[in-house]
Amino acid sequence: MTSVYEKIGGEPAMAAAVDVFYRKVLADERISHFFEDVDMERQAAKQKAFLTMVTGGPANYSGKDMRAGHKHLVDRGLNDMHFNAVAGHLKETLEELGVPADLVGQVMAVAEGARADVLNR
Amino acid sequence: MAKVRHESEWYPLEPGETVLDGLLRQGVHVPHACRAGACQSCLMRATSGAVPEAAQVGLKDTLRARGYFLACACRPQEGTALEVAGASELRVPARVVALESLSGDVFAVRLEVESPLDYRAGQYVTVVRADGLARSYSLASLPREGQLELHVRLVPGGAMSGWFAREVRPGERVHLQGPAGDCFYVPGQPEAPLLLAGTGTGLAPLYGILRDALEAGHTGPIHLFHGAREPAGLYLVDALRALAASHPNLHYRPVVLAGGGGQMEEGALDAKVLTCLPKRPVGWRAFLCGNPEAVLSLRKKLFLAGFSLKDIHADAFLPSTPRAGPVAGAA
Repeated sequence: MTSVYEKIGGEPAMAAAVDVFYRKVLADERISHFFEDVDMERQAAKQKAFLTMVTGGPANYSGKDMRAGHKHLVDRGLNDMHFNAVAGHLKETLEELGVPADLVGQVMAVAEGARADVLNR
Repeated sequence: MAKVRHESEWYPLEPGETVLDGLLRQGVHVPHACRAGACQSCLMRATSGAVPEAAQVGLKDTLRARGYFLACACRPQEGTALEVAGASELRVPARVVALESLSGDVFAVRLEVESPLDYRAGQYVTVVRADGLARSYSLASLPREGQLELHVRLVPGGAMSGWFAREVRPGERVHLQGPAGDCFYVPGQPEAPLLLAGTGTGLAPLYGILRDALEAGHTGPIHLFHGAREPAGLYLVDALRALAASHPNLHYRPVVLAGGGGQMEEGALDAKVLTCLPKRPVGWRAFLCGNPEAVLSLRKKLFLAGFSLKDIHADAFLPSTPRAGPVAGAA
């Protein structure tokens, strides 16, 4: 079965989506402090990897990596409210880029599946 | 314990210590300045042994392939041995040909190199003095001009800037390493708006980039913002006004925090910059140079205002950093 990643245009689509998505999370004061980074390129690359993963593209991180990668943020208070805010921006990003509703639904289901790992539960 | 061999002598490293810190601690002379992996002053070459990937971040492929690495970012794994050599073969001799005051504490240093340096306007070089003292400076000159032009601000207590200001006379010899940096104009899309913003001697690379773009036939609007605390901190004001008078697409905006008036705007640099942007700055390219806080803050604001990250070229001038305290027992 073709992945959402391939259906919406693969890597070039991710490159376009990451600017939109990163701008949304950085502008949202509830969560921006989790995304502040002196090295914006590195931060953008992480988010591109995240978008690639939730759309079913060539993923290079596992549930275990998700846990380890967010542990220090959970220690700083990362919780469901923050997760929901990021998920909301993900949904809006996909909608703004014209991704059909059924595909957005599939992506959101994958993202929801990562909740327990991200929040280290 | 990891160990490093330099000029036939082995030096042990403390756990987690960088090659640069370990060698300096034990009295080896290694040129260095920013200690943050940016200025490339501490470039060394591994002649044997494995270099951690992190020590080669940002280096050109040709340098990586030859084993070059940044000593300030190189923490060899416990138990490994690394044999290193300096990067003297990458340095070219240069001669100071002129020093010229640009403002109260900024002066231009003009240099001549024996063989032309292959660089892009806006890149930077590292000046290495005979005793190994090294500092990076952006190039304000254009490659076709032959002579290289650096803008040096006299930093209170500054080792290199103080030496230039007080002791150097035309004829003085130094070595140059580089060029490095990817803050430069790339021809193409000549109608696209360009935003150039810098503080202090951040004007140096912008002056090069600006003239490079104009000579390449850039026809789109070019907005140049130069920020300083007070009017005395601005320089090349007349030259830039003249350039703007002969190029209608160039908009030169000197901005000061205090003491403005007349043609000198007063206020915060980023607020002024944001006022020149349309609602959706599609196709805009930005070049930001100078003080790190100003550069990083402006980059974030431009991104939030709609710039694509790939269209923001930022060159934050990192200060030279004294050696960190001993690693063992450091708080």
